[in-house]
Amino acid sequence: MQQVFSRPKALTDVAMAYCPGCTHGIAHRLVAEVIDELGVMDRTVGVCPVGCSVFLYEYFECDSIEAAHGRAPAVATGVKRCLPDRVVFTYQGDGDLAAIGTAEIVHAATRGENITVIFINNATYGMTGGQMAPTTMLGQESTTTPGGRDKARAGYPFKVCELLSPLEGVAYAARVALTSPPNVAKAKRAIKTAFQAQLDGKGLSLVEILSTCPTQWGMAPLDAMKHVDSVMVPYYPLGEFKSDA
Amino acid sequence: MLMKGNEAVVRGAIAAQCRAFFGYPITPQNEIPEYMSRYMPEAGGVFLQAESEVAAINMVYGAASAGIRAMTSSSSPGISLKMEGISYIAGAQLPCVVANVQRGGPGLGNIAPAQADYFQAVKGGGHGDYRMLTVAPWSVQEMFEHAILAFDLADRYRNPAMILSDAIVGQMLEPIEIPEKVEVDIPPKPWATTGAKGRGRNYVTSLYIVPEDLERINLQIQAKYAEASRRDVRFQEFELEDADIVLVAYGCVARICRTTMNMARKKGLRVGLFRPITVFPFPSERLAALALEGKRFLVVELSAGQMVEDVRLAINGSAQVDFYGRLGGVVPSPVEILDQIEQTLMRPFLPGYVQGGVSPRINGRNTLGAAASATELEAEEADATGV
Repeated sequence: MQQVFSRPKALTDVAMAYCPGCTHGIAHRLVAEVIDELGVMDRTVGVCPVGCSVFLYEYFECDSIEAAHGRAPAVATGVKRCLPDRVVFTYQGDGDLAAIGTAEIVHAATRGENITVIFINNATYGMTGGQMAPTTMLGQESTTTPGGRDKARAGYPFKVCELLSPLEGVAYAARVALTSPPNVAKAKRAIKTAFQAQLDGKGLSLVEILSTCPTQWGMAPLDAMKHVDSVMVPYYPLGEFKSDA
Repeated sequence: MLMKGNEAVVRGAIAAQCRAFFGYPITPQNEIPEYMSRYMPEAGGVFLQAESEVAAINMVYGAASAGIRAMTSSSSPGISLKMEGISYIAGAQLPCVVANVQRGGPGLGNIAPAQADYFQAVKGGGHGDYRMLTVAPWSVQEMFEHAILAFDLADRYRNPAMILSDAIVGQMLEPIEIPEKVEVDIPPKPWATTGAKGRGRNYVTSLYIVPEDLERINLQIQAKYAEASRRDVRFQEFELEDADIVLVAYGCVARICRTTMNMARKKGLRVGLFRPITVFPFPSERLAALALEGKRFLVVELSAGQMVEDVRLAINGSAQVDFYGRLGGVVPSPVEILDQIEQTLMRPFLPGYVQGGVSPRINGRNTLGAAASATELEAEEADATGV
C-alpha cells in the first residue's frame, strides 16, 4: 500500500503538549515540512522562545537553543554570524517578540540579519494564563484587561508586519492565517519563501501567523478559528508586506 | 610595548582564539569594543556592536552555543543588564567570557574606579544558584594573560568566566610583553548546536521542568565549582613570612597596597600582602592557614566591604580582620592605607575578634570625614546602649 501522508522528518515522534484546537501544531508542521523540502535539516538551528512553544526543541529534529524571553533574535544573530552557512530560525510568540523582545527584533531587522522569524500572533499570553499581549484586540477580555482592552488605558494592538516591513534589512514579511486549507497552503508558501530568502542571503525574513488560543480565549476550537477570520483579520490584514525574495 | 589595559584584554582574547565579540558602548571600557572592531575581523572573527548590553550577552549565548569562543565587555551598569543572560549561560552550561571594567555605583554612579561589583561577580549576580569563575587582573600584563586564563577556565568548566577589572586597570598605560605564540588548547565541544549533520540533534537549554531533573543539573553545576576550588585557585603573596599584619587586596588596590607595604617595611612595620588572583574560587584555604599562624588582617577595597566577607568566612573567627574601604570612585593613596595600618596596630590584638562587624569602617580623616565619623559615633553609641 502506498503511504501518502506522514510526519515530516524534521519533527520528532513525541506527543506535543499543546491544548486541543491550538494552531501551534499546524505551524510546527509547516515549518518542518519546509525544512524537509529544502533539505536543510542537518544544517538548521532553531531558536526557541519563552511561552507555550518553549519546548519547541523537544519537537524538532534539528539542533535548537532555548533563548531567554524575547532574546531569540539576538541569540540567532550570534549563531548565524558565527556559522553563516547554517539555516537559523526563531519561533516567537507575541509577548516574546512584540513586547519584551521588541529591541532585539527591530535591531535584528535593521541589521538585515540573515535569519528567518516565525512569529505566532494569538493575541494573548497563553502559557502564563491569558494576560493581555501587545497584540490583544481592543475590547478583548484577558486576565489583565477585565472588561476588555481599553485603548485609553492599554493602548492599541501592535502591528508587527506593518512596523518591520519598511526597514531596509527586511527582505520578506508576510502575515498568514491557518483558518482554512487554502490559508494553510498560503502559510506554507510564505514560510518556504522566507526560508528561501535566507538561503539566498537576502536579509531578515518574517512570517506572522495569526493563531488561535481556544483555552485562553474561552472558545471552542472552531469558534476560535472563526474569531481569527472575523475579528483579527480585519485588523491584521493577511498578505505579503514586503517581498525582495 | 606600552599599552592600555583595555587593549591588552582584547589582544589576550584574540590570542586565546576568541572569535566572536559583541559589545555596547559604556565608559570606561569603550576601548575594548573599539579595538575589537579592528582586530577581530583581522583574526577572521565576528565583531558586532549590539543594540544593548542585553542583546550583546544573548549574542554571546548564541555564539557560545555554536561552539565559538565568545566574549562581551561592559562596565558596572551594563554588567547589571547582562545578568539575565549570564544566568541562562550558566544554566545551559556554556562557556563565555565577560569583562567588567568596574566604575562607581550604585545607579549611574560615575566613571571612576571602584570594586563595588564584587558581590555581583562572585556570588552569582543573576538569579539561581550559579557563580562566575572570576579573575582579578592588577596590571596591563595580566589583562592580556587573564583573558586567556578566563577562556581556559570557561571552557574547562563550561561556565561563564568574568574578568573583574576596574577603571584604573582598564585605562592605565603600562609596558607589556606579548608572547610571539600563545598555546591554546580548546577542548572539543560535541554539545554545540552547529546543525545535526552526521549525529543526533543537540539542544542548549536551561529549562528542566521536573524538579528532580533541575536538582540534578544544579548538583552538576555545584560539583564544577567544588572542582574549581580544588584545582584553580590562584593568589600571590608578598613578605608574608614574618608579617604581623597582612594586607588583603585585589586588582588595582593590591598595587597600591604593595607600595604601602614597602613604605611600612622601611618604617620597621612587619607588613605583608596577600592578593587573590581568582576571587571565585576564593583562596579560602590559604587564608585560613595564615590565620592559624597568628597573623592579623587588614582588607582594603574600593567598596563598603565586599571581599572582606569572603576573608572573614575563610578565617572563620580565628584571627582579627579589619577593613578599610573607599567608596564612589575614591582611590586611597599608599599613605592613607599606611595610616590605617598604624591605627589598626594601635588597637589591641584580639584573636577571633572581628573589627567593624557588618558595617564598614571608613577613614575619618579626609573628605568623607565628618559624615563618616558621625555615623561611626552613632553606631558606637547604639552598641554601647544596646539599641
